[in-house]
Amino acid sequence: MTSVLYDVPGPKAILRNRLLGVVTVLVVLALLGFIGYRFYESGQFDASRWYVFTFSAVWTQIFGALGRTLAAFALAGLLSLMLGFVLAIGRLSDHAWVRVPVTVITEFFRAVPVLVLMMLLYYGLPVLGVKMEPYWAVVLALMVYNGSVLAEVLRAGIESLPRGQKEAGFAIGLRKSGVMRLILLPQAIRAMLPVIVAQLVVTLKDTALGFIITYPELLYFAKQLTSQQGRPVLQSAFVIGGIYIVMCLILSGVARWLEIRTRRSPKLKGYTPDAGDRDPRLHGDGTVTEVIAMQRGSGKFDMGNGPGGV
Amino acid sequence: MDVIFGNLDLWGEALRNTLLIFFGGAVLALILGFVVGAMRVAPVPIARVVGTLYVNLIRNTPLTLVFFFFIFGYPQLGLPKLSTTVLGILAIGIYTATYVAEVIRAGINTVPVGQAEAARAIGLPFGQVMTLVILPQAFRSVVPPMMSVFIALLKNTTVAAGFSVLELGAIRSFLSERGENALVVLLWVAVIFVVLVLLLSWLQRYLENKWRIAR
Repeated sequence: MTSVLYDVPGPKAILRNRLLGVVTVLVVLALLGFIGYRFYESGQFDASRWYVFTFSAVWTQIFGALGRTLAAFALAGLLSLMLGFVLAIGRLSDHAWVRVPVTVITEFFRAVPVLVLMMLLYYGLPVLGVKMEPYWAVVLALMVYNGSVLAEVLRAGIESLPRGQKEAGFAIGLRKSGVMRLILLPQAIRAMLPVIVAQLVVTLKDTALGFIITYPELLYFAKQLTSQQGRPVLQSAFVIGGIYIVMCLILSGVARWLEIRTRRSPKLKGYTPDAGDRDPRLHGDGTVTEVIAMQRGSGKFDMGNGPGGV
Repeated sequence: MDVIFGNLDLWGEALRNTLLIFFGGAVLALILGFVVGAMRVAPVPIARVVGTLYVNLIRNTPLTLVFFFFIFGYPQLGLPKLSTTVLGILAIGIYTATYVAEVIRAGINTVPVGQAEAARAIGLPFGQVMTLVILPQAFRSVVPPMMSVFIALLKNTTVAAGFSVLELGAIRSFLSERGENALVVLLWVAVIFVVLVLLLSWLQRYLENKWRIAR
């Protein structure tokens, strides 16, 4: 492995690394051992604590809750993608009367926590006589929040494209809408696909906030399980947590697959190999630095866009 | 404005708790994130595996569930009692540490390999390669994404509202007992968060400009 930090280890360094490895294993084992001991002492491994999960009725309910989590995620994801496009294009508009309000809206929704947005919709709006189901509060809050985040992602993608793309579009006689629709957006979406899918993972995790405004999704059901005999609090958290981790890993897997696929494509040229054919995309031993530099060139790596949301 | 000045006691405590969770969580996340980030770039394979496992497991768990583990699960283990605020700080710190670790790893990786190679070529030992050449450069490219992590952390403090910690996200339920208008209260909460986030993004831009390097 080529790394900025370390040379190929010599005999002394190999010995030291082995020692460090042993120390790491010991520390991790001690930590896990302590947690396991506390679990054992407080009877978390007792069969009575796991008993609930032997009922098929409980699993039917878990799948029902999973369905409601996915229902909120699917609609929120779709709507936020649509809103993201609208806001991104609005923010890039030539007309100040479109650009300025859209910018203010985007910045506002990005700055307000999703949970506060949900509460505004669920507890706040009834004051004005608008009542809605928790489902819609969850979906709409996730839509406006993730929509504005995606808008920024798309805008960064469009702005990272070479100027010549737009100019060439105008030169062959396309109008503004044609340049955007046929030339800029397809390239921006392609470069930003991994980030967009990563944001969808955030959306999926954020549906768990619905539990706080009584939307009966997975976590809400986990809370309900804790009133069962034996109070399986940690157990239900483990089971539900496992489900979330699997779902998110599947989505992240899709993101990685998309990234590799777009990287292989000869059509996407964001990086010009300088010395010979050392394109880090094509070499397994290309350093992470080179790949990031390449992605930066093609607008895939946006330093300013950290993780948003929960 | 009556909503605020009539209930200054509650707003004060809510803001204090929000900031407490924010700073407490930030400190914990920085320390833990630095350790995990170092593990993820370490030359020791087992350390990399442990770091990767930690990041992947915690990152793909909703923060609400991490809170659930700590606030409802921790008391079941018969360990010394901790207040919900402290448990909240632990939950948010452990969750945010994964993002800090990723930012640090990415930051170190943005330093061109040639820099380290040149440093080694002129005979600097590992300690000096790190402190004189790599870390100063990595630090600069780490600052903007790190501030984004902190902005997310600030917004995430509201999740504690679901677990009966009196902070800005939870103030609505406390104030509606006093008969205040829920919509107005929540709009004020939103405004406070917009102001706090703007403050942090201003700091982000300031630091970014201050420590910018040409590459």
